[in-house]
Amino acid sequence: MHVPDGFLDAPTSAATAAVAAGGVALALRGARRELDERTAPLAGLTAAFVFAVQMVNFPVGAGTSGHLMGGVLAAVLVGPWTAVLCMTVVLIVQALLFADGGLTALGTNVTLLGLVAVAVGWGAFRLLVALLPTTRGGVLAAAGVGAFLSVPVAALVFTGLFAVGGVADVAVGTVAVVMGGVHALIGLGEAAITVAVVGAVLAVRPDLVYGARALRRATPLAERPASVPAGAR
Amino acid sequence: MSEPVGTVSRGRTLWVVGLVTALVVAGVVSWYASASPDGLEWAAEQAGFLDTAEDSAAAGSPLADYGVAGVGSERLSGGLAGVVGVLVTLLLAGGLTMLLRRRGRDAVSAED
Repeated sequence: MHVPDGFLDAPTSAATAAVAAGGVALALRGARRELDERTAPLAGLTAAFVFAVQMVNFPVGAGTSGHLMGGVLAAVLVGPWTAVLCMTVVLIVQALLFADGGLTALGTNVTLLGLVAVAVGWGAFRLLVALLPTTRGGVLAAAGVGAFLSVPVAALVFTGLFAVGGVADVAVGTVAVVMGGVHALIGLGEAAITVAVVGAVLAVRPDLVYGARALRRATPLAERPASVPAGAR
Repeated sequence: MSEPVGTVSRGRTLWVVGLVTALVVAGVVSWYASASPDGLEWAAEQAGFLDTAEDSAAAGSPLADYGVAGVGSERLSGGLAGVVGVLVTLLLAGGLTMLLRRRGRDAVSAED
């Protein structure tokens, strides 16, 4: 869902750019709380991975396709603020180098795929993790639902932006229905990919997954790997 | 301080597999991506505002539309563009997050 230049008028684009800038500023501060020596390397890899998977559109019904957004995937792996930064880097690279997503629309895309998608998906994830059993399955289910929701919600926020500043004279209800419908389907793909990738990382390095911190607390001490071997100098 | 027991043998796996996967997905799997318009484009066409889209000012970039200008083979062109994108993203995002990370005394985060 990379919004091209021209869909939204200048004031709306400028407003989303301001929102995006504010969100990124907050994320720069918030990410410091999430990133340390141990967890920082995963953020770069996550961003690169999201870039790659965003290139692979999958068919969604006759005549249309979708691709991963990746905001919730990133948030579950490296934390929500870091995810905002990862998504912003991906979107900037896409807009500047590949002309994927408009330049005046960059603020819109950061707002939708970075801020809205991450906020909604992470919020849903946290809520579900609190309600579900503290297991890997619970984390994955929560991630899947969060990822699923993030897509149509972002699409509906776009619809709201269109209602305010859409250049074309089209009924908002029409836009809402087509945008919401197709993006609900795309959300299924988002959920599947998110669950698969988070599951894979959980299988190899669960200690690095930000969204799985509760699992570590739930692990009896005797089962945890020692960070300092007994008898170390 | 030696690495925690249990992660030593798997220490590098995530990074190698992750990076290789990203490169293969961008460099090869992307060849098979659906060419159908994505959800937004399709919805815009259905609703009747697709024609208001304008070309980005970056449309003249040598990598525009995920192809390397001047490379004949479509697959090589697309694959190369994908690889470049993965590496640039990795450098930028990795560099930024490494700069932001807490170090030293704060190096190991307390589990909150």
